[in-house]
Amino acid sequence: MVTTTPLPDRKRQSNPVLKFLGKIPWTWVITFVYLAFLLILPIIAMIVKASQEPFEKFWATATSPIALSSYEVTFVTAFAAAAINGIFGTLIAWVIVRYNFWGKRFVEAVVDLPFALPTAVAGLTLATMYSNKGFIGAYFAPFGIKIAFSRIGVFIAMTFISLPFIVRTVQPVLKELEKEIEEAAWSLGASQFQTFIQVILPPLTPSILTGVALGFSRAVGEYGSTVIIASNTPFKDLITPVLIFQRLEQYDYVGATVIGVVMLAISFASLLAINLLQAWSKRYG
Amino acid sequence: MANLNSSASKYPQSAPEPTQIKEKKSFAPAILITIAITYLSLVLLIPAANVFYEAFHKGLTPLIDAFKREDLWVAIKLTAGLAAIALPLNTIFGLSAAWAIARNKFPGKALLLSIIDLPFSISPVVAGLMIVLLYGRLGWFGSWLEANDIKIIFAFPGMLMATIFVSMPFIAREVIPVLDEMGTEQEEAARTLGANDWQIFWKVVVPNIRWGLLYGLVLTNARAMGEFGAVSVVSGNIAAKTQSLPLFVEESYKNYENEVAYSAAVLLALLAVVTLVLKEILERKTHNPNERE
Repeated sequence: MVTTTPLPDRKRQSNPVLKFLGKIPWTWVITFVYLAFLLILPIIAMIVKASQEPFEKFWATATSPIALSSYEVTFVTAFAAAAINGIFGTLIAWVIVRYNFWGKRFVEAVVDLPFALPTAVAGLTLATMYSNKGFIGAYFAPFGIKIAFSRIGVFIAMTFISLPFIVRTVQPVLKELEKEIEEAAWSLGASQFQTFIQVILPPLTPSILTGVALGFSRAVGEYGSTVIIASNTPFKDLITPVLIFQRLEQYDYVGATVIGVVMLAISFASLLAINLLQAWSKRYG
Repeated sequence: MANLNSSASKYPQSAPEPTQIKEKKSFAPAILITIAITYLSLVLLIPAANVFYEAFHKGLTPLIDAFKREDLWVAIKLTAGLAAIALPLNTIFGLSAAWAIARNKFPGKALLLSIIDLPFSISPVVAGLMIVLLYGRLGWFGSWLEANDIKIIFAFPGMLMATIFVSMPFIAREVIPVLDEMGTEQEEAARTLGANDWQIFWKVVVPNIRWGLLYGLVLTNARAMGEFGAVSVVSGNIAAKTQSLPLFVEESYKNYENEVAYSAAVLLALLAVVTLVLKEILERKTHNPNERE
């Protein structure tokens, strides 16, 4: 069969450039045109717009007190949410991979809820539950703890949206871990705790960190659920995406762009970190 | 247990009693499962269930009243329209990109994959801002658009671009691993038998990737219908005009119309339930080779 295959054997045409362009498969054309217009062009527009600002002005806007406080609220809260989920998300992944129990399929589906539930709805229901009159918030209100319309509310919304990233990143790695190694450790007299710290955790660390980084980067950029549950008061619980939105509403395009570029740089940095972490985790595979 | 016994027989002196291990194993799972389920319930399940509780606990009257409102119907139609256009466009792109990436080796493949992933890591508000900077009144194409009387920002086309942006990577992301796993033998066989590219695509590739593709479509649809940040930046949020369903939810909540907000929210929550059910079914079909036909 192979010998009778009609191999494409066309002769070279006179114009190599035209020939080259004509030979590009249409899948490539669609991919590049789509990416160029809908992704690359907007990114370039924003970077160009920001670079037209003199550096001192750019720096002054990017590091204005209100911007700095919004970074602090956004990044510290997002990190706290991702870190908490790093612990409980790993635990959930462990339970799903290792144990069989009634309702396991349901639990598996619930993990993906934040991917499927629109963020505005998440924000709405969390704000209702955790407001001073809400059925959870009401328990905290007498102690003077305000959850909705405060930084704790932002934290809760960020915990909601970042949980599946950790579970779904750790789960496949955990599945591939061989149980024999643990059992060998046990039979050599290691306690469950020792086995966990010295046998299970090391190969799992890169994927936990990847999951935390993914969850963190999603939480940092989150707008829908956080804008609803926060009071969006500057220097209190104003997050950076909301600050950009407010700048735009005031027709302060330069201010919005400068802070937008800072966020874009953070996105690129976390993407790079995630790729490096994934390369690290492959070394264990 | 078999492995444990074999290891134990190799090292009899250091092996603990089997009963001891059994005892350890019987307590830990129950505790861990309880913690996991409690955390999941607190963080995800109770908030989601609360949407249905708030929507239905006063009976159906508030719900029926809400659905008599014109602006809610405009929002529903707008959201459906956005998804109806974004979905096919992202499908064509996703399939092309997946095909180009999975079936070719070239320098910068990892880079191209990272670029396709960008919409996942860029904040939706920043995505919306970028579109404003291109097509807004003061944007690159602003004056040209104004001269030709084309409205993109504060109108449907801008909202569509924002929707496409945020839901762009899902299909390529789901189809690429399936194409990788499938290998090229079948395609090569079809080509040897004289099939052209289209025939190979429809008769060999599509039947193989259909579950992965459907899975990607489900995720794209959920994101397209639920997107809030990017759409709200470019839409101007004009009631009964450029207000998609998620924007309608926020607006009515801000106006202290909780019942109306929950009536709209329950539609989106139902969308989420359908998405999760389809996701479970398709995930099994896509990623579990034993259950594939």
